[in-house]
Formats: sequence, C-alpha cells, structure tokens
Amino acid sequence: MKYLDEFRDADLVKIVLDKIHRVTKHHWVIMEICGGQTHSIMQNGIDQLLPPKIELVHGPGCPVCVTSLELVDKALAIASLPNVIMCSYGDMLRVPGSGKDLFSIRASGGQVKIVYSPLDAVKIAQANPDKEVVFFAVGFETTAPANLMSVIQAQSLGLKNFSVLVSQVTVPPAMHAILASSENRVQGFLAAGHVCSVMGYHEYLPIAAKYRIPIVVTGFEPLDILNGILMTVEQLEAGSFEVQNGYNRVVSKEGNLPAQALIKKVYMQCDRNWRGIGMIPMSGWCLRPEYVEFDAETRFSVENIKTKESEICIAGQILQGIKKPPQCPAFGTLCTPEAPLGATMVSSEGACAAYYRFARYEKEES
Amino acid sequence: MTEEEKPASIHGAVCPMPLRHYDKIVMGHGSGGRMTQDLIKQCFAPYLSNPVLDAGNDFATLSANINGPLAVSTDAHIVSPLIFPGGDIGKLAVCGTVNDVAMSGAVPLGLTASFILEEGLSTQTLVEIVKSMAESALEAGVPIVAGDTKVVERGKADGLFISTAGFGHFPKNFAIGGAEAKPGDVVLISGTLGDHGIAVLTARGDLAFETQVISDVAPLNHMIQQVLAVAPHVHVLRDPTRGGLATTLNEIAEQSQVNITIDEKTIPVKPAVQTACEMLGFDPLYVANEGKLIVIVPENEADAALAVMKENTYGKGACRIGRVIESPAGRVLLKTQIGATRVLDVMAGEMLPRIC
Repeated sequence: MKYLDEFRDADLVKIVLDKIHRVTKHHWVIMEICGGQTHSIMQNGIDQLLPPKIELVHGPGCPVCVTSLELVDKALAIASLPNVIMCSYGDMLRVPGSGKDLFSIRASGGQVKIVYSPLDAVKIAQANPDKEVVFFAVGFETTAPANLMSVIQAQSLGLKNFSVLVSQVTVPPAMHAILASSENRVQGFLAAGHVCSVMGYHEYLPIAAKYRIPIVVTGFEPLDILNGILMTVEQLEAGSFEVQNGYNRVVSKEGNLPAQALIKKVYMQCDRNWRGIGMIPMSGWCLRPEYVEFDAETRFSVENIKTKESEICIAGQILQGIKKPPQCPAFGTLCTPEAPLGATMVSSEGACAAYYRFARYEKEES
Repeated sequence: MTEEEKPASIHGAVCPMPLRHYDKIVMGHGSGGRMTQDLIKQCFAPYLSNPVLDAGNDFATLSANINGPLAVSTDAHIVSPLIFPGGDIGKLAVCGTVNDVAMSGAVPLGLTASFILEEGLSTQTLVEIVKSMAESALEAGVPIVAGDTKVVERGKADGLFISTAGFGHFPKNFAIGGAEAKPGDVVLISGTLGDHGIAVLTARGDLAFETQVISDVAPLNHMIQQVLAVAPHVHVLRDPTRGGLATTLNEIAEQSQVNITIDEKTIPVKPAVQTACEMLGFDPLYVANEGKLIVIVPENEADAALAVMKENTYGKGACRIGRVIESPAGRVLLKTQIGATRVLDVMAGEMLPRIC
C-alpha cells in the first residue's frame, strides 16, 4: 500500500537499525510523546531490536488516558440525563470514570453513540431536534480542528440542541511539566507527528533550547520511528539539542495554518487537569466566550461531581515516563483491558494496553 | 381536536379481513393461523421445498443409515444490515452452521432454521433472504429439513434473526478438534482475512468512506472434504469468524496447550481491507471472516492439503502462515514484518475505532 509498505520494509528497517547500533555509545532515555507511537513500537516489536543502551519511555500523548476524571464523570452524568444523546469517539466508551463507563451508561438506558467524525454528531443533532446532542470533544492538537468544526457547523446550521464537552489538551506544556520534574529521566523526545502536522514544530524550539534536549518530529510506521530514534541518538551522542523534522512527508515547520487560524477563532488557552498527572497551567483549550452557548459544561448543571480514582493505578507515573506498565502491581492481574483500573489500560494508544496486548509475558519471564 | 379533525364516523367500522398480500410482516403472521400458513406458503415453501420439509409435520423424519457419532451445531445469526455486499443474513445462517458442522470432519446432512421476524419487516426482503438461503443450501448440498417462524412487535428485534442448527455424520473416523494441534504441525489459511467484517461495517453506511470489499461468506464443507481426502491426518479445522484469526488461534493454542507462531509477512489481506483497517485503527487479524478455513496439519500432508485448497473456488488464496511448536504453551506469537516477535492476544471486547 502506498505510503505504508515502504515504511514497513524489512530491508530498509535493517539498514536504519544497523546505523542505530553503530552510533549508540551511551545509555539514553528517549520518550515517544504519542500513544500511537507507543502502540506502533509494541505492535512491531521495535523495542526488541534496539541496542540495550536505548531505553524508550512512553509519553502522555494518549487523549483518552489524560482526559481528567472529573470530565469523564461529567460526561457520564450528562449521558445519563433522559433527553441527551452523548456522542463520543469509540475509545472513550470503556474509559473508567469513578465507578462506571459510557458502555455501562448505555446498558442502563442512556443514549451513547460512537461517531467516527465530530461532524456525524452534528448530523445526529439535526436528525433529532427534540434531543440534546453532546459531543465529547477529547484530544490533542490533532483532533482540535475536526472537533471545533462541529461547533462551527452547528452554529452555521443554527442548531440549538448541540453542544460539546471539551477536553482539549496540548503537548508543549506537558513536555515542560515532564522536563521540569525532579524525577525526570527523559533525555530526548520523539515529537508526535500528527500533532505537528497541525501545529508545525516551531513551538518546540524554545523547549529544546531551555532544557538542552533534542526533539525529533517523528511519524508512526516502523521506519519513521527508527529514523526518529536514529536522529535523536545522533544528536545525543554529539551533544546537540536541535529540533529536527523526521516526518517531512507530512509535517512542515509552520504546520497547517488554516487549521491554526480556526483553533484561535474558537478556542482559547486554559488550565487543564491531566488524569494521573495533575493540573498543568495553560495546557489545554476551551471554548471562547463567543461560543459559550455550545459549551456542554455550562448548558448542563452537573455540579457536585465527586471523583474517585483507583488507589493502586500508577498511570500518572507511566504517562510521565517515570515508570513502565509492568512495574505496576495491578498490571495484568487486577487491571486488564476487560476490567481497567486506569485509562492507560483502555485505549489502543494507552501504554498499559499496548504492553498487555503485545508484551505481557515479559514480566513473568524476566 | 377541532371538529374537522374528528373522524367522520366510527359507526360500521369492522376489523378488516387480513390482506393476503401484505408487503410488510404484521403480528398476524405469527399467529399460527391462516396468515402464518400464507406466509409459509408464499415466502418459504416455494424456495426451500424438499420432500422432508414438504411433509408439513412439526418434525422431520430423515431416512439415514448412520453408524457412529453425529456432529451437531447450532448458531444464532444477527447482522446489520440484513443484506450486505457478498451476502445476507440468510446466506450467513446457512453457511455458518454448515461450516461449524463441517469443521469436525463430518459431512453435513441437514439444517433446521428458526426465524424471529420483526413486525414491519419487508416481505420482499424476507423472500430475498429465504431465496439466498435456498441457494446456499443447494450449493452446500445440505437441505433445510425443519423450520419455525415467530413475529415480535416492532422495536423488539432488528428486522430478522435466524437461528440454525445442523447435523452431520462421519464417513471416516477423524481425530479433529481444537485440542489436537501438535508441535511440528503447519498452519494453513484458505485466503484473505477481514473481508466479511469490513464489508458489513462499510455497508452500514456510517463510515465516511466506501469500499469495494465483499463478504467472503461461503459454505466450506466441500473444500473440507477435499482436504481430508488428501490429508486424512488433519488435526484442527476451524473457521476464524468473530474475533478473527488471532482469537481463533488463541483458542486452539489454549485447548491444545501448544504454541502457535505465525509470520506476519505471509498473512494475506486485501489492500482495501488493509486500508480500511489502517483508517479505523483495526487489525485485520481480529476482523471477522465467514468463508475462511484454518487447517492445522502435519508437515507431511501440508503441501497436499494446500494444493487442493488452492483448486477450490474458496481457497484460491490459500497459503502457509505459521507453525505449531511446543512452548510457550497456550500462546500465539507473531513474527512481525520487521523481524521481531510479539504476543498475538485475543480480542478484549468490542473493537473500537481509535481517536486519531
């Protein structure tokens, strides 16, 4: 398949792997930001082929994983209301709130629909004028343009029964939080290719300079990831700390300017709580006051949310690269994809789910 | 209600005689009375006719001279939409049960079929589905010998549910079953994976793209007998339906307490199915098939089995995909296309499209 097979080619992979083995002299800890990359690494077994001196740790770039428990609980409360149709990306349905998930709300009679595109939620609102239709707008910069298009479209259609529950987060503040932490181990970043396709990579330049850390914009196929690792290791071994683009078939320095203009028009920066990590200042987006009529948080009074997080789950430390999934006492025993304690065990982008699916026996064998 | 909106008069209103040619199923079709008889005469009998069924009893009497055990299987079929590219719920119901019986090595002798009809179902759709069942039964050489219909109120079923049961006999003694895989065996698959799941998903129309993929639903009993004629020591026959190849192989590895290692490079997937899966975040190894056969066979019979599979219409894309080894027992491993090895797990729950 065009643009996929070429980047999974075993011979080309071997050439890049050989280079990585040749240039790696010291022990390096590299974080892939995006959960899609974590998944690809585990699915293809990339980690097994790297020199032992390269340690990959898994970043916070899993939208399902970092959506705050409070917002998940709000979504559950709104979805339970009698006249509401809650529309969500499929991945969110199994995310545990404080005791329930959207699947169990649906089983109890709540109307919860999986949509493939935010614009499908708008269509549902058009088709159901007597219902309140809410779209759970989660995600990083990647999903922001599509998510906000639903608001713009609903506005132009004059829909009064459509709103969005926004849980929009951004990558650079999370990188700052990780690097500023006293427990930080990360020495190089693979930046998330899809996020950069929207935002470009100019906003990483100050981070690389401030923390003296190499950042390489990286794609998702095996060859993309290995190339990103190679570029990062070459910088680390040479002591340089540039921002480089290893995914230039998709990403430009400026990114998608029309999409950025729309983001500025509809969203503004706000503080966000990251599940397991805590509040990161100015790390997300919420609707501008002009669009408040589409804000589900103001439309529905779902106050008094009392969140209750699992006491065992170490998802927060995993999302910051401090620990790895098999180091969690509940991994694969109390916590499985069928009965997840934390969101990292749910999503196809979650690090715990990736380890469980592709490498869960390594714990018992090591 | 204004004066004008009131019905002119209710005097003389009578319950109308049921029309003989409804274009939709009504509750009366499940009454057991004349309307039910009409329904059977018009929608079922013309297509499914055979001497046993035509006898019109509440039971089927089969003249069979069977020595030895019987193979029996039953299956409930639900699918939305009822008719999809490459098949429909009727074809699915016949092929599903024929295949389940055939996977034991048995020759299927007959099927029974129960229909739960939802009030409002188009009788034209029903006839189309029954015709399709008849065609599949004819192709499989397995008559439908008994049946039943019930009607439920609108909203209590999704158009039509079909439950089928099948039974068969063993012309020879085989030791075929999920627990029979042995180290050294070869794993064969009869063709491309994921066609059925992607065909049905795209036919639902809620994806923003279309595919040309058609379901692979097919009766596999003839191919199985052809395989057994040249490879009588086959250990496992299985059709990787719900949960796909990965889930089915895990069941076999667990039952047989062996390891199955398959090679990603050799697994056949149509480009359109691969593309759809990439866009949705699905893995074709977990997507349903309805006309594919896994054969686990000793090495010395593998080439012969593969050759006859390739000659069959439904096995043209047959190939070797892996091997059975001793350990780690109970697990399936995948050699990835870049040369690493990882666990190939069972599917956890519903497959969910990813966010980005």
